[in-house]
Amino acid sequence: MFWRMVTRALLRQRSKRLLIALTVALGVSLSTAILSVMLDVGDKVNAELKTYGANIVIRPKGVAAVDDLYGQLETPAAQAMLAEADLGKIKTIFWAFNITDFAPFLEAKVSLRPEGAAEAVPVPAVGTWIAKELALPTGEDAIAGMRSMRSWWDVQGAWIADTDADTVMVGKTLAAEQGISVGDRVNLTYSGRSINARVAGIVDSGGAEDGQVIVPLTMLQRLIDKPGAVGRVEVSALTTPDNELARRAAKDPSSLSAQDWETWYCTAYVSAISYQIEEVIEGSVAKPVRQVAESEGLILEKTQLLMLLITALSLIGTALGIANLITASVMERAPEVGLMKALGATDRSVVGLVLTEIVLVGSLGGVLGYLAGLGLAQIIGASVFGSTIAFTPIVIPIVSVLVLGVILIGSIPSIRLLLSLRPAEVLHGR
Amino acid sequence: MNLLELRGVTKSYGDVHALRDVDLCVEPGEWLSIVGPSGSGKSTMMNIVGCMDSPTAGSVVLDGVDIASMNASGLAHARRNTIGLIFQKFHLVAHLSAVENVMVAQYYHSMPDQAEALAALARVGLGERASHLPSQLSGGEQQRVCIARALINYPKLVLADEPTGNLDEANELLVLDFFRQLHADGTTLIVVTHDPEVAALGDRQIVLNHGRIVRQIDNRANARVPVALTPPGGLS
Repeated sequence: MFWRMVTRALLRQRSKRLLIALTVALGVSLSTAILSVMLDVGDKVNAELKTYGANIVIRPKGVAAVDDLYGQLETPAAQAMLAEADLGKIKTIFWAFNITDFAPFLEAKVSLRPEGAAEAVPVPAVGTWIAKELALPTGEDAIAGMRSMRSWWDVQGAWIADTDADTVMVGKTLAAEQGISVGDRVNLTYSGRSINARVAGIVDSGGAEDGQVIVPLTMLQRLIDKPGAVGRVEVSALTTPDNELARRAAKDPSSLSAQDWETWYCTAYVSAISYQIEEVIEGSVAKPVRQVAESEGLILEKTQLLMLLITALSLIGTALGIANLITASVMERAPEVGLMKALGATDRSVVGLVLTEIVLVGSLGGVLGYLAGLGLAQIIGASVFGSTIAFTPIVIPIVSVLVLGVILIGSIPSIRLLLSLRPAEVLHGR
Repeated sequence: MNLLELRGVTKSYGDVHALRDVDLCVEPGEWLSIVGPSGSGKSTMMNIVGCMDSPTAGSVVLDGVDIASMNASGLAHARRNTIGLIFQKFHLVAHLSAVENVMVAQYYHSMPDQAEALAALARVGLGERASHLPSQLSGGEQQRVCIARALINYPKLVLADEPTGNLDEANELLVLDFFRQLHADGTTLIVVTHDPEVAALGDRQIVLNHGRIVRQIDNRANARVPVALTPPGGLS
């Protein structure tokens, strides 16, 4: 009889029940979408932030010490160098899959003379990889270089290629100063060696590169006679925001206990990845670009906090909506409830009946909302991060508890109303 | 032993005294009619006797149990086990069929039994209309469903509040005929009515005015016994 009463009541007030189910579905869909995105957002935000630059810089040991002390580089001739041939090893560390990109840099002051110009001017030249195809020691292939690490560069003309022997890109400011356009030819000279190259593109980077000449790494190595040499390497890595363990490890990994060390080593902290890079590249010092790493952690933390707040607000809104709808429904059914009490129903049995109806309707809304939320998460993933959001099973129990909580909290006013209903008042007006 | 005894029952709503020091006894199997003008305290007395309200003062002993000081749960227990309620406005659950409305009373009393509920409807002449919703039944039919529901648990006391107030003459006669049968079967009946003809069918009538029993008429002896003749103007 109980279920007969429940189903008849549900069928009778179909439109009102549907409204309650839709209210729950709306709140749950938003919560599901945001929770799904939030639980997957770490990697997504990290990946997004990686497009804005490197978070680890590798330098030769001696240079790193000098640079730390004096903040300036020695001349390339005197400077210790990294071996270009070693760079593929970066993709062999424990967290190899978290290394999204890297690019080597070789810098030198060269003389630049645009063809037709009378005098040469000293300019900083940077040799780097553009989109270098790497054959890794693991047998796999990878592509690394500036093309993806500096995705925001606005290049007028075309990007140069790693295999080009006579093309360069010129920074926007330098090009304006020297009257260089795309297609012009320039002479680059260093210690009596000279290369005549065509300007393939003008770079607008918004940074120091606007005043530099960007050339393929091999071209600069040849010009300054440093074959296979690299001054520094910038690495973009997906990292986990630092915690107390990571901060202790960053100061001195040897101070950690064996268990802490293992935890730290096997977590994608920027310090752990730097440490692993130093392990594979001999004579190198890998240092986190602290500002970038910390900003990433902060952005991630704030993004997640914002999402939690949106979820909480949507659930509060849902609870208020449900409270209004259920209270209105119970008020409408006051004569029926009064009659049941007059026939001998206890407060508990009446509350049980109404709550069962609400939980059933809410659950239906919850299931619909969950499914809609999964879809919404994919829309958010596609429009914000340009990728799918992974299905996270933990969202199901979280959402179930939230739905139940919201329904019960939303039912409090109507339960109070039910308990206060006296059959004499409802049936006889007194 | 009386089935119902009211001793010094008073019910006040703030400064309004709905019942004042009412004494009343109802014997098992008796048919008592309660009459009186609007606001005389009839509904208040029905609510108290029907365990839907508690008096401000006095004692109400129903079937040997004082219900005056019972809590909500105790009153609910007394309602489902001792009392059958018949309302002027029928008060049927709109989304349940006739037989389901009868089964609701069974459900809160003990166990629903559809066959027994159908038999109860058949006794009031609604065997063929058992699956109809209240909206598909006439007023007289709805009142008969209400009667079937009130009687399904074999209550010791049937309380009827203006049971013929919303019925045409034919249905009124039908309902009163059921009451006669119930009375003949030994069921105790308390009927609140405005209709003198309905009131005259009872063994006894009490007349309420301003919360007091101002007159008592014993229809069996066809004698009128005036009691507590307080003039209305003398009440505050």
